[in-house]
Amino acid sequence: MTNPLGRDEVAHVAQLARLELTEEELDRFTGQLAQVLDHAADVAGLDLADVPPTAHPLPVSNVLRPDRPVPSLDRADVLAGAPEVEDHRFRVPRILGEAP
Amino acid sequence: MSEWEMVIGLEVHCELKTDTKLFCGCRNVFGEEPNTNVCPVCLGLPGSLPVLNEQAVELAMRIGTALGCDIRPSSFHRKNYFYPDMPKDYQVSQYDEPINVGGTLQLPGGTLVGVTRAHLEEDTGKTTHVGAGGRIHSADHSLVDYNRSGVPLVEIVSEPDMRSAAEARAYAAELRAVLVATGASDGRMEEGSMRVDANVSVRRPGEAFGKRCEIKNLNSLRSVARAIEYEAARQVALIEAGQAVVQETRHWDEDAGQTRTMRSKEEAYDYRYFPEPDLVPVVPDDQWRARVAGSIGLLPAARRSRLVDLLGGEPTAAQGEQVLSAVDQGLDDLVVAAVDAGAPAALALARAANEVAADVAAGRTLDPAAFAALLAMEAGGKLSATQAKDVLADLLAAGGGDPAAIARDKGFEAMSDDSLADVVRQVVDANPDEWARFRDGEVKLGGFFTGKVMKATAGQANGKAVAAELDRLRS
Amino acid sequence: MSAQAIADDVRSGRRSARSVVESSLAAVAAGDGDVHAFLLVTADDALAAADRVDERVAAGEDPGPLAGVPVALKDNLCTKGVPTTCGSRILDGWRPPYDATVVDRLRAAGAVVVGKTNLDEFAMGSSTENSAFGPTRNPRDTSRVPGGSSGGSAAAVAAGFVPLALGSDTGGSIRQPAAFCGVVGMKPTYGTVSRYGLVAFASSLDQIGPFATSVADAALLLAAIAGHDPCDSTSLDRPAPPGLVDADAGLSGLRVGVCAELVDGVAPDVAKRVRQAADALAAAGATVVDLAVPELRYGLSAYYLLAPAEASSNLARYDGVRFGLRVPAADVTAMNTATRTAGFGAEVKRRIMLGTYALSAGYYDAYYGQAQRVRTLVIRAFDRAYQQVDVLLGATAPSTAFPLGDRVDDPMAMYLSDVCTIPSNLAGHPAISVPFGTGDDGLPVGVQILAPALAEPTLFKVAAAIEAAAPTAGVGLGPHASEEPAVEEGRSGAPGGVAGTEAAR
Repeated sequence: MTNPLGRDEVAHVAQLARLELTEEELDRFTGQLAQVLDHAADVAGLDLADVPPTAHPLPVSNVLRPDRPVPSLDRADVLAGAPEVEDHRFRVPRILGEAP
Repeated sequence: MSEWEMVIGLEVHCELKTDTKLFCGCRNVFGEEPNTNVCPVCLGLPGSLPVLNEQAVELAMRIGTALGCDIRPSSFHRKNYFYPDMPKDYQVSQYDEPINVGGTLQLPGGTLVGVTRAHLEEDTGKTTHVGAGGRIHSADHSLVDYNRSGVPLVEIVSEPDMRSAAEARAYAAELRAVLVATGASDGRMEEGSMRVDANVSVRRPGEAFGKRCEIKNLNSLRSVARAIEYEAARQVALIEAGQAVVQETRHWDEDAGQTRTMRSKEEAYDYRYFPEPDLVPVVPDDQWRARVAGSIGLLPAARRSRLVDLLGGEPTAAQGEQVLSAVDQGLDDLVVAAVDAGAPAALALARAANEVAADVAAGRTLDPAAFAALLAMEAGGKLSATQAKDVLADLLAAGGGDPAAIARDKGFEAMSDDSLADVVRQVVDANPDEWARFRDGEVKLGGFFTGKVMKATAGQANGKAVAAELDRLRS
Repeated sequence: MSAQAIADDVRSGRRSARSVVESSLAAVAAGDGDVHAFLLVTADDALAAADRVDERVAAGEDPGPLAGVPVALKDNLCTKGVPTTCGSRILDGWRPPYDATVVDRLRAAGAVVVGKTNLDEFAMGSSTENSAFGPTRNPRDTSRVPGGSSGGSAAAVAAGFVPLALGSDTGGSIRQPAAFCGVVGMKPTYGTVSRYGLVAFASSLDQIGPFATSVADAALLLAAIAGHDPCDSTSLDRPAPPGLVDADAGLSGLRVGVCAELVDGVAPDVAKRVRQAADALAAAGATVVDLAVPELRYGLSAYYLLAPAEASSNLARYDGVRFGLRVPAADVTAMNTATRTAGFGAEVKRRIMLGTYALSAGYYDAYYGQAQRVRTLVIRAFDRAYQQVDVLLGATAPSTAFPLGDRVDDPMAMYLSDVCTIPSNLAGHPAISVPFGTGDDGLPVGVQILAPALAEPTLFKVAAAIEAAAPTAGVGLGPHASEEPAVEEGRSGAPGGVAGTEAAR
């Protein structure tokens, strides 16, 4: 079932989430997260095989919009908050690999 | 390679031909100035929310119907990963509840290729890499344009049913034709409307599937075929050299003609799919399904069959090509309408595939009645083939007209029987030796006389009429 | 002064919107140094908006139902051209290029936005101590927290700076600070108020809702902002619930369930107030019973898996590419990491990691998947309960406001403050906190009423009855307001007059 959360796993999760933790934070977070998951053990242990999951609190379906254009943002507004702009595009430092 | 079998599956991403993006009202249009076609939603700004485009669902259902899929109630999931072309750093896609499940595509030769699923998802922005070569690996930095972000896509996944590069190419071509026929896509691979990824593995026949590699960046039908040939050969060479094929993603380098490994660290990336809480499920009712089914019209395979049926009997190789070409270029409706109006099928098909094809756009709007009338004139001997083609060019340019009037204006009047008989008489009289031999049985001299008559009439004589007159004189 | 009264005065021309807004701004200037409810006061914009309201009145045009009423907005609501920080360094200075739908609707109603209020960073917290810009202090006792995450909005109303404020509630973030600060705070049925422009924390749980000094005002504000929005796919295709109606109609026929899970385990002085509120409802004609809804106990654990999971995905977009903070680095991945590491506070990081873990391969079924099933359990439990009663009654928070600094190093203790409020978010049901006396420490206590989905009218009616019977009318008078019996006449439908005397239980 569920394993107690170890330091290595916390480090891996931090990397997945693009967060860098200090050694001290890694220790602290590992302890705190384990505590939360411990508390969640009451839930993890329930036999709910016959209970369907709820993705949305209220049952709604088929919310659609017509295929009609709506004015886009002014490019000045689009780029106004951008940390770095070049050639009307968002500039980022080198990308090391293709998308996963 | 013959002791080896290649196993190929294709994943095709098709941009839908909607007016607006999948989740917002920004226009779905190619080639605009960067970042002029974005809004809080497709830019993923804090607080923005998606709202599903009805027409995108409609087109997805058309694709599913055309491929014989089961159209199901579906929901959206988030596929989470970080990449600069993704404004939210997750892609809204469909995961275990896709809209279309299970179908088939029939290739022109008759082969059936299975379709696993076809689902909706949003497109990403576009990155340009700045630095030596413009390739990602040598770049100094990159620039991102989000105009394409949020454009609706349908991802069509085939079963690994294909066994040759040619078959894979044929699948891609036929799928493209189907996508265009349903109105779901404009099929412009050069604009990125349709992108193909190939999964390729090799095995000795009868063995289990080998390790497969995914090849990305196939931007043309030619690349599809070339890349698969290369990759299969590469894998065979590896195995024959005693090495193992590494399961990985590879990039097709068009210029070098090779696939190359992509430098990605994570093999089986953890996308952490979970149901998209900002969207609700799509449950098409029976009325909507029926409406979509009724709106599809004829698919390429059915159009090809229809033409073959018109010809009656087994088509010649040349006719087979003409059928493919006519359907491919959207001229088959013209042929059918012309035959309906009394034109002979083989001639209608030939003229459509060969001559009308010179101006496809005009051909698609050509008045079938005018076309049929012209074909009747040619078939009935009133016009020679050369003359008929000339008149046809005029008809195309004008979108229609009266072929008889045009022929008259060009002086292509069918020669009256009397004037033709006169010319034949003159030629016969001018060539008494040949005439004597022809009369005595040298039948092939008929061609000699016909040629002379043609020359004398500047091509206006009808060959059949000349032959008939010669026969009459001979007897 | 009530929002309704202000609007009436402005609409009739008895008072100018400008003078109302000037008073509000003056109160903020005088008092917010101690409280720090506001991150940003938009004085110039507010005065200009007030002038526009006055022009409309002068021109004989309808200025709207909230004409001239000053409103504060939690700083996770997008305001076009005006900085929206979400209490985070990662959005420091960011100006949205668009307004949230609720902001549009407030303006259309004639309300005047005076500023953006403090919050726990990205709405994650129960004390407003997780703000990157310093905590907000409880106006009733500035050594205490105001609650969270909408602490700034609650405090702004409690301190008398504004009569109305908007907050957001994902696990109790409106109701709990309302209880701690002694004001009314309400979370509507999920889908009632558009989330377009609310910076998302946990999308299937978040709702925007009102803070006010009275139930009637809260209902008035809700009516102005609620209703279907085509920009939000989860927005219900219904019009807004009306303001408070039938307040004096009496409660006979109404069945109230005092929910054991919302009373047992809370501090005794809080529990005492809940019992008093129950008695008041009985005196007003309702049938009051004790009711156990045991599955609600699982809500906390399910919430602390679901909410962080959705949050971990919602907060991925803060990557330094398109807006907000960027910490430079040699490659884009390093830049993402450096930016997020510098820009997010500890609680946000904790929840992102918890959420990422709950969704990760191998753990999805046990954590996220399981939590979604518990959610179903909670909904079904509520459904069963509402076959027996019309509303549930309980505490809003297990205690009164705790001292600043008390729980910052103990996340689990902090999470436990949400135990009474979380179930309503899981179910998507409406709930409201109404001030009802004080605890033994003199700090405000809020009692909570819960109702089924779309039962806002009943909810407000019951809340108004409780409000009428509340032991103190000192809401909003500041930290030293003394406890006095309610003296409003004709408000309560209770036979035998006003339930102003506080019978010790």
